[in-house]
Amino acid sequence: MADSTVKPIVRVRGLLSRFGAQVVHDGLDLEVLPNEIFGVVGGSGTGKTVLLRTILGLRQPQGGSVEVYGRDIQHLSGPERLAMVHSYGVTFQRGALISSLSIAQNIQLPLREYYSMSEEVLDELAELNLGLVGLPPDAATKYPAQLSGGMVKRAALARALSLEPKLLFLDEPTSGLDPISAAAFDELLLYLHSELRLTVVMITHDLDSLFSTCDRVGVIVEGRMITDTLDGILQNSHPWIHEYFHGPRARAAQKEAHE
Amino acid sequence: MNALVLEGGGDDWRLRLSGDWSLGAIAQIEQELETLPNPMSGTVVCDWAHAEAPGIGPVWALLARLTDLGAGHLQVRHVGNPPHTVELLQKIKHERNALKDAQAAAAPSIPGALGTLGRWAVLQGTEARGVLDFFGRISTVLGQIASRPRALRLPSIARHIYETGVTAIPIVSLIAFLISVVVAYLGAQQLSKFGANIFVVDLVTIAVLREMGVLLTAIIVAGRSGSAFAAEIGVMQLNEETDALRAMGMNPIELLVVPRVLALIIALPLLTVVADAMGLAGGGLLSLIQLHIPLTQFTVRLREAISPTTFWAGLVKAPVFALLIGMVGTYRGLQVRESARELGRLTTVAVVQAIFLVILADALFAVLFEQIDF
Repeated sequence: MADSTVKPIVRVRGLLSRFGAQVVHDGLDLEVLPNEIFGVVGGSGTGKTVLLRTILGLRQPQGGSVEVYGRDIQHLSGPERLAMVHSYGVTFQRGALISSLSIAQNIQLPLREYYSMSEEVLDELAELNLGLVGLPPDAATKYPAQLSGGMVKRAALARALSLEPKLLFLDEPTSGLDPISAAAFDELLLYLHSELRLTVVMITHDLDSLFSTCDRVGVIVEGRMITDTLDGILQNSHPWIHEYFHGPRARAAQKEAHE
Repeated sequence: MNALVLEGGGDDWRLRLSGDWSLGAIAQIEQELETLPNPMSGTVVCDWAHAEAPGIGPVWALLARLTDLGAGHLQVRHVGNPPHTVELLQKIKHERNALKDAQAAAAPSIPGALGTLGRWAVLQGTEARGVLDFFGRISTVLGQIASRPRALRLPSIARHIYETGVTAIPIVSLIAFLISVVVAYLGAQQLSKFGANIFVVDLVTIAVLREMGVLLTAIIVAGRSGSAFAAEIGVMQLNEETDALRAMGMNPIELLVVPRVLALIIALPLLTVVADAMGLAGGGLLSLIQLHIPLTQFTVRLREAISPTTFWAGLVKAPVFALLIGMVGTYRGLQVRESARELGRLTTVAVVQAIFLVILADALFAVLFEQIDF
């Protein structure tokens, strides 16, 4: 993976993010390689979601550059931007499903917007995406408010997958889930990752999730990112990283992962 | 270029797939899938050798179509470097069909018009009970205020008096002024034919004081504050804020509904007085300009035209209208569940129903006042 000839799919260089006087990112670098699951961790308020929003182009950074698939996202024309947006799927922290649309309609929303196809095929594709994320067929006609937290996360993933992206951004996909649902989500993610050959960037606070899915981890500390493999990051001597990965909760998660 | 070509016949088919098989080409692929013979049986071999960039959507559409056509009698094989997802999708398709069959078997439902009628009737019953229940809850809180003065949320009431009353003064004044100018103008045109110009004063003062002042104010307030109540409380419902209040042992009716309703009951009569004054000013101004009736004569005539009850006949309706507007707005707000669309729908319903009820109540008042000669 560390092979320098592999072109990174996402590359962030020298990112600078400020909110007024508060500096969130101070020269942050990030490289996500093809076909890996990359975990982003950091304390609350270290700007994990800000980083994601910046990569997605939802937020203008104060400095630095962001490249996705080798293209600088700040210098894209309208059509190029659209093509870029179609090339990745995103899930947001709280699902962000459109509350007035059923789950099937949520999944069909981007398909309807960008392609022309009959209702039958739209229904088939909704069915496909529900099947991919393991939701039962009767979930299609339900509304987001009628689903449990775990099902909302899966439905959001189904929507993110609907345009068949090769790159997925997940913002805390397992937060608010019980351990069993969270573990099932991890399994689903690994399964989709291998079956659909996805590259995944995942923000998470869930150490179990981190240990069971991620190939590499980036930790945001002091406005910069320290990136390493899981084993490498465990050896890191930075006090915060040490505390994060060797605290009481982390030890339990590691033990489980190694069993 | 064709996306698929079917060869063979009988029980032995060969399906050559070629060209663009990505999601973008799905419209064409779908069309060509429709041309396949129905039904098919035997074996079909899908040759993927010339298909470019097959996406999971089109592959899924192909599998679904072949499943439909085969109805269980068609063996499907894939050759020529098929996409790696075929196996996965076949497995999912298989699982889904089993699940769907199980669910279809398990779901009973009453079909047709009878079911619709039944659901409608149940809904109406629930609605009626809901309104009654809501009224009861408000009454309970009002009853509690006597024994527990803290239940009367004075700061909240003050805020809502400001928001529904004070901030509405400019628009209410402007509209009352303009409408009475229009009424006076129309009256003047008609009455001058009989040389009865002076009766314009009677027309304007009675119309404004008895009906228009209070009705216009109520309609404006229904649009402004009825919608605001529904939307504010509706968003709180969506954010589970009302649930949080309940969980902390607080009563949303006491905290959210009663202060708004009481504030409106106080504010609306006051706004009506403002509207009355502005309406008379508008009538006076037009009489001066159009009919050359000096203001001194206008006020003298005004006193002769109205009876002692004219002003009160208008004003007494204001608290009733306020109660209707406040209750409809808050009730609809508390009904918001689950989605942003519900919020919009119920806010609209709140305004429409409030205006309807205000006008209905006004008509009933007219009949009542006629009967008791008020």
